[in-house]
Amino acid sequence: MKATLIKRISILAIAAAATGLLGGCATTGNQKDPVEGFNRAMFGFNEGLDKVVIKPVAQGYEAVLPRPVQTGVVNFFSNIADVFIGVNNLLQGKPVEAVSDGGRFLINTTVGILGIFDPASHMGLEKHDEDFGQTFGRWGVGDGAYIVLPFFGPRTVRDTVGLGFDIYVDPVANIDHVPTRNTLLVTRVVSDRAEVLKADKIIEEAALDKYSYIRDGYLQRRRSLIHDGNPPREKDESAAEEEGGQAVAPLAAGAAQ
Amino acid sequence: MKFFALLLAGVSLLLPAGVGAQETAPDVLVKNVTTEVLDIIRKDKDIQSGSTKRAIELVEQKVLPHFNFTRMTALALGKEWRKATPDQQKVLTEEFRTLLVRTYSNALTAYKNQSVDYLPFRMQPGDADVTVRTHIHQPGGKPITLDYSLEKLAQGWKVYDVVVGGVSLVTNYRESFSAEVRNGGIDGLIKSLQAKNRSMDGSARK
Repeated sequence: MKATLIKRISILAIAAAATGLLGGCATTGNQKDPVEGFNRAMFGFNEGLDKVVIKPVAQGYEAVLPRPVQTGVVNFFSNIADVFIGVNNLLQGKPVEAVSDGGRFLINTTVGILGIFDPASHMGLEKHDEDFGQTFGRWGVGDGAYIVLPFFGPRTVRDTVGLGFDIYVDPVANIDHVPTRNTLLVTRVVSDRAEVLKADKIIEEAALDKYSYIRDGYLQRRRSLIHDGNPPREKDESAAEEEGGQAVAPLAAGAAQ
Repeated sequence: MKFFALLLAGVSLLLPAGVGAQETAPDVLVKNVTTEVLDIIRKDKDIQSGSTKRAIELVEQKVLPHFNFTRMTALALGKEWRKATPDQQKVLTEEFRTLLVRTYSNALTAYKNQSVDYLPFRMQPGDADVTVRTHIHQPGGKPITLDYSLEKLAQGWKVYDVVVGGVSLVTNYRESFSAEVRNGGIDGLIKSLQAKNRSMDGSARK
């Protein structure tokens, strides 16, 4: 296979993460995050990269392009992704969803003009969100440690392996014509970033500690995705919560006034 | 016209709460409040242009009465909650409430023509803890799931958790809260929350 740029970067990223894992770094006692020291450093690196390069470019992109064009770009990449979303649904034993994903790709590529429009959604073929990390999770592979990869951001060990597969089969990363491939890869990064610009402010304001807010959000989100939005209820620290439930009455009534 | 719509919506919402005898079902409650709040935002130029102050007023008035912040704070603290004295619990609840209200209000100012679907809701007669599921559709994006967990109290159904795309806005704080408690005890957590709220107060006024 061609050792394309993105693959080289991902190998570097994964190798860097592995080094961090072996290093063992400082731990602060969170079982899911045994290499927190390394992760915080990498998180800082990614934040810096975002602040200096990716975010400003995404802001420019958002300011210049009209909304319908941005939506077209999102749809275009979303359509390409539907192919392997379908494959992953098949691997997860969900043939109905897989057929629906295939149908989406056929309809959006033709009627939707190379995926720029999304008529399939209007026809009731719902967009899914699957990747190899989720497939392994569905097969029973545990999360493993939480790792922050350079460039790619939050992952778990399982999702890092999944990411390797995602990149290996990624239709965009496998385009032979190098300038086309690189243009598309950069456009996709910028478009993805532009879509979540609004979330920045909310996270800044919500988080007591941005690092752990994003970490715990990522872990919850992945858990939910693996179970297609219906994760089993986590054991709650019920004694405490029951007390909370009892004590509420006066406060809730107070708030109502 | 706008005034009458507001008045009508306000009255229809106040009636069940005020009378108390007749209880609004949890799914109806979520739907009524959502519809009402979105109607107001669609007409309010201040909120659309990003006025956090207006959004907070709206949330305080329309949404907060249906939330149980003590339960939310207990849930966010997990087992640390029991280490707090009643006074500390009260202060924690106040500070966490301020933090959540501001975050939620700011999210509302980002509202743009999304539409809300309510997923089929079923509950057994004796249920006292339910989840109402909704999908937020946005033009050119995939739908985001937004689930509300509600519990039945003497004053009716109260929301105690909001889960966006599988991420609980409440339990997402648990790890960072327990880290704060490990480092500085319950008072350390209170101080951090107060500092956070103060810093955001400052930035909101700018």
